[in-house]
Amino acid sequence: MDWVSVILEGALLGGLYALFAAGLSLAFGIMRLVNLAHGDFIVVSAYIALFLAQTVGLHPLVAYPLAVAIMGLVGFLLQRGLLNRVMGDDIMPPLLVTFGISIMLQNLLLQIFSADTRGLVGGGLQTASLALGHGIAIGWLPLLTMGVAVAVIGALQLLMVRTRLGLAFRATSDDQTTARLMGIDTRLIYAVAMAVALVVVAIAGILFAIRTTFDPASGPSRLIFAFEAVIIGGMGSLWGTLVGGIILGITQAIGFALSPGIGLLFGHLAFLAVLVFRPQGLFPRTRGA
Amino acid sequence: MSVNAPSGRIVRATRASRFGGLAAIVIVAALAAMPWWGERSAMRTVTEFLYILALAQLWNLMAGFGGLVSIGQQGFLGIGGYVLVLLALKLGVDPFLAVPLCGVAAALVACPTAAVVFRLRGAYFAVGTWVVSEVFRLTFANIIWLGAGTGTSLTSAMTGHGAWKREAITLWMAVAMGAGSIALVYLLLRSRMGLALTAIRDSEVASRSLGVGVPRIKFIVYVLSAFGCGMVGALVYVTKLRISPDAAFDINWTAVMIFAVVIGGIGTIEGPIIGCLIYFLLRDALADYGAWYLIALGALAVIAMVKAPRGIWGLVQARYDLRFFPVQRRIVVAPAVPLPRGGRGRPTADSEIRR
Repeated sequence: MDWVSVILEGALLGGLYALFAAGLSLAFGIMRLVNLAHGDFIVVSAYIALFLAQTVGLHPLVAYPLAVAIMGLVGFLLQRGLLNRVMGDDIMPPLLVTFGISIMLQNLLLQIFSADTRGLVGGGLQTASLALGHGIAIGWLPLLTMGVAVAVIGALQLLMVRTRLGLAFRATSDDQTTARLMGIDTRLIYAVAMAVALVVVAIAGILFAIRTTFDPASGPSRLIFAFEAVIIGGMGSLWGTLVGGIILGITQAIGFALSPGIGLLFGHLAFLAVLVFRPQGLFPRTRGA
Repeated sequence: MSVNAPSGRIVRATRASRFGGLAAIVIVAALAAMPWWGERSAMRTVTEFLYILALAQLWNLMAGFGGLVSIGQQGFLGIGGYVLVLLALKLGVDPFLAVPLCGVAAALVACPTAAVVFRLRGAYFAVGTWVVSEVFRLTFANIIWLGAGTGTSLTSAMTGHGAWKREAITLWMAVAMGAGSIALVYLLLRSRMGLALTAIRDSEVASRSLGVGVPRIKFIVYVLSAFGCGMVGALVYVTKLRISPDAAFDINWTAVMIFAVVIGGIGTIEGPIIGCLIYFLLRDALADYGAWYLIALGALAVIAMVKAPRGIWGLVQARYDLRFFPVQRRIVVAPAVPLPRGGRGRPTADSEIRR
């Protein structure tokens, strides 16, 4: 067993998990909303990309960005039309509404696309790899995914810190009422935040679907991976989610290398261990969440 | 504060509740007698209805009255099912005797689980419970002795009883679970603990500052729910006779509980009953259309959350003030009693309330 390549592979898988987690973390950070349909939106983006590329017949380089844009619009409309109506001090309504959406999406996908597993074309990206010598090779796709994850998280960080929109996000997150008094349309801000979150979700979803096959029931475990990366990394910290994702990826890879049946279990146990021994996560930013 | 308290009476029962109690006894008796008058297929439907009702009541106890949103109840249901395999199939215990033991096993598992998931608050608690149920599923999917991922058949464990007796006992157990869950929630909520539980739902910080033992009460409710889910899980697989990790730990178990409660009316005992009826009617009406009943159910739940957060029963109550299972305390002030000095305001529920 070559542990170096196992760990390397797991670390790069962490890039994907960090992308899963970034959208979840963003929505929670700005709106205190835990979107239980998060994983299903990842899968929905994959199906939209699949539909555009295969059924409509667009070139993947056109179809995939278009799918990302569509998901952004979906996020905006979803927040404006539905989720804004249930946002408030009580966490239960948004939680139950997004849970309802999750079950609906899973079963809608099942009815439309059947339970067959699908995959997205990646133009040979899936199999191409980079030889590092000493018999170690890493795939271009995982490397690209990690690059995208770093770029996306960096861009989100800049957005939050450097732009007026980011200022409005942070103000809304800190104190919704005061933000509104200062002339911020918090409902619009929420809609924009959800649009940004689902853009990140769609990027993650497409990379995920090129990497591995998916089916209508793939959503819930993506939500769980995203959630675990957020908690391991520490709530509210975007770079923390990257570290959380990498730790999750490595533990899963080690588990899979030991026995294929226990890979996911290993990841979950790492998460539970963090919860028991360091409940605030490794790089906590927000408290009391 | 007793100086200002008007000398009213605190009333729990309503006219509807006296009727409700009587009707409940009649219905339970009629259902329990079903083996002598009912069709086999009807008995199966009633059995399923009653155990789904029990699940919905227990979920409502946690979420509707205690504010604890768990989406991992399928974890305890699955454990109940698998402990049944262990006891009935592997150790030769009578399956019906095993059912309550499966509940105990699920409750025992819930104790350490609670210690972990209660580190998470609110929405994160919800996802945490889900992760734990995934851990259970993956664990059982790796135990080859219990059939691993493909599961195992329980048929050989069920040969001890004749068909009539088996179906009758199954039904009686379902009646006990359905009626028992209602009785449990009703009695619990009318006790001091119920008051504490609803206080936690309304404000955890405030109730803690008033001396409510928040962690203890949350723990008790969580473990009680797990006990119920474990028993139901065992009964489910007494009837289904084939268990697999994906089916036993299926998130749709919890989806049905949540949808039934939300559509019927969260935070009431009548709500889950109505919600379960709607679930069965919808599933029956859309039986030929695959998963559409779940989509319709999800849509109804989302609409309910947005338009009528108290569900169907909430709408009924707003119009008719009907309570078959009243759990709140109401103060009736006799007209002859003078109001407190200068006070024209009506006494509210937070004037002194003692049992």
